[in-house]
Amino acid sequence: MKKFNQETGIVLPLDRANVDTDFIIPKQFLKSIKRSGFGVNLFDEHRYLDKGEPDADNSKRPLNPDFVLNQPRYAGASVLLARDNFGCGSSREHAPWALDDYGFRAILAPSYADIFFNNCFKNGLLPIVLPRDVIDALFDEVEANPGYSLTIDLPAQEIRKPDGTVLNFEVDSFRKQCLVEGLDDIGITLQDSDKIREFESQWRTTAPWYFTTP
Amino acid sequence: MSGKTLYDKIWEAHLVQRREDGTSLIYIDRHLIHEVTSPQAFEGLRLAGRKPWRADANYATPDHNIPTTRDERAQGLEGIKDPVSKIQVSTLDDNCREFNIFELGMNDLRQGIVHVVGPEQGITLPGMTIVCGDSHTSTHGALGALAHGIGTSEVEHVLATQCLMQKKMKNMLVRVDGQLRTGVTAKDIVLAIIGRIGTAGGTGYTIEFGGEAIRNLSVEGRMTVCNMAIEAGARAGLVAVDQTTLDYIEGRPFAPKGAMWDEAAAAWSQLVSDEDAQWDAVVELDAADIEPQVTWGTSPEMVASVNGTIPDPSQEKDETKRQNIEQALKYMGLQGGTAIRDIKLDCVFIGSCTNSRIEDLREAAKVVAGKRKADSVELALVVPGSGLVKQQAEAEGLDKIFEAAGLEWREPGCSMCLAMNADQLGAGKHCASTSNRNFEGRQGFGGRTHLVSPAMAAAAAVHGHFVDVRDLG
Repeated sequence: MKKFNQETGIVLPLDRANVDTDFIIPKQFLKSIKRSGFGVNLFDEHRYLDKGEPDADNSKRPLNPDFVLNQPRYAGASVLLARDNFGCGSSREHAPWALDDYGFRAILAPSYADIFFNNCFKNGLLPIVLPRDVIDALFDEVEANPGYSLTIDLPAQEIRKPDGTVLNFEVDSFRKQCLVEGLDDIGITLQDSDKIREFESQWRTTAPWYFTTP
Repeated sequence: MSGKTLYDKIWEAHLVQRREDGTSLIYIDRHLIHEVTSPQAFEGLRLAGRKPWRADANYATPDHNIPTTRDERAQGLEGIKDPVSKIQVSTLDDNCREFNIFELGMNDLRQGIVHVVGPEQGITLPGMTIVCGDSHTSTHGALGALAHGIGTSEVEHVLATQCLMQKKMKNMLVRVDGQLRTGVTAKDIVLAIIGRIGTAGGTGYTIEFGGEAIRNLSVEGRMTVCNMAIEAGARAGLVAVDQTTLDYIEGRPFAPKGAMWDEAAAAWSQLVSDEDAQWDAVVELDAADIEPQVTWGTSPEMVASVNGTIPDPSQEKDETKRQNIEQALKYMGLQGGTAIRDIKLDCVFIGSCTNSRIEDLREAAKVVAGKRKADSVELALVVPGSGLVKQQAEAEGLDKIFEAAGLEWREPGCSMCLAMNADQLGAGKHCASTSNRNFEGRQGFGGRTHLVSPAMAAAAAVHGHFVDVRDLG
């Protein structure tokens, strides 16, 4: 998995609560059997004025000039500033894939939907929870200062603002370790293969009705 | 020591290992697979040279992409016109073959929406842990199983290790006391719950649904409720096991038989929360207060009674909420203060993992029997949840009732719930839908979804606007 240590980048504000995963990447792009190439269709229904299709030439599609992703001042952004319950809805991992493929490395929001939050960590994307008033203040600062960028330091659990002030954040210690070291979850779990086998054999005796074969 | 919740019990029974920080390895009994969220996981296995830990714990069926017209279905894979969709479905077939995984293929009579098929086949059993790369896996909690959606990385993780790494959620009890009024259904219960606690109200929790009104629901009704736990933010919903649960499961193809059934049933009878269980949150609703529900916005929490009105954003004091309402109404092309009954419909969709089971179809058929859909309703689809639901409905003559009323009778699949196949809602069109999400573009680009029960959707088809199904007599 991609490592995450320190990231400095322009902050893009998405001022909308309950952004769902259909909003992040519409269903027609889920037909792909690949894991990459979703970035050009991130926020597709808001970013473009027409309906997107998996085989379309996106460079020829009309852009929605009012959508924040199309505003030049946020070009190259790698930090997404969002509102409550970001990533609600479907479990599609295509949502973090699209954010990652576009170039986002971290998200700042007051809260996330559980499945999306979990999926981010599997893809080297860091979702950070900050208090609502801190997020509100960040929206104001981003709006007031073109080119506003933040440095996110995962090992130190710090966000450094342009004025030098620091915001601290919480992160689950095991997830932090996996991100910092770029560890493969499956590899870690398979180190405990003996324990899984031991559990399985006990469980097969206790609840044999779960082990009937199709 | 205080008692345990049903969630505590199932969690503890599946705990393989717990790290100091609470991150735990949980054993997974069943992994359900469909074509959309699995190809990258199988590819991951191949690239790492890994094999499924226990192939016989996996069950697959294609559902999201497959066409629902009889002609297309009769052609098998060739009937899938969209080449990208076709590759996804055939990739599932190939992966199941390569990794020796049981699959109900697209034209198997038992094929259907994965969350309809699991319980119907007895693949879903009480006390199990069940996961699937689909957020509506919460449906299976209706049978007292701990079931939730996962992303594709976790699909690969479960395939490779038969386990998931996670932290325990908190416990929420949603108790619906008393009795439902006539014409009010499981769908109305769950929409009312979401209206109360909000679309993020259950985030971080496993919700157990209890109380007299939940106990009185059939297992199919309980599935409707648990299905939408995720729309309240909870990955998993649960209903305790009772005789209704056991009666539903007994005799299903993959359920235990004979002496093993007796033993299993005795063990499953213990799958209830203790009287003195500790809850982190409790929400109480009175069933008698619940009226037929209709969503008016772009989040399932934007819901009102059929006799209510769309909220007026100018009356909302909280700025964020006002902004949310304004955004939603702009997308929906609706005005604050409009009566729900005055919302006109262009389309009706009866189907999805929320409401496509036989009882749902019976409810809808009862309403349209002997009537015609309104001329203003351009398209009305009835999509059964599985081949077996379809067969049963046809044996009861429901297909003929729908067709006589001008509704289209289709082949099983996810269809217009998320519109990955050709069944798509047109831009600007209003649809009364028995599905689970009214997000922007969910049923089709620019489409406008109103979530309702099957009976309410059927009534809307007949009248061309929402009506209180209880007034129809």
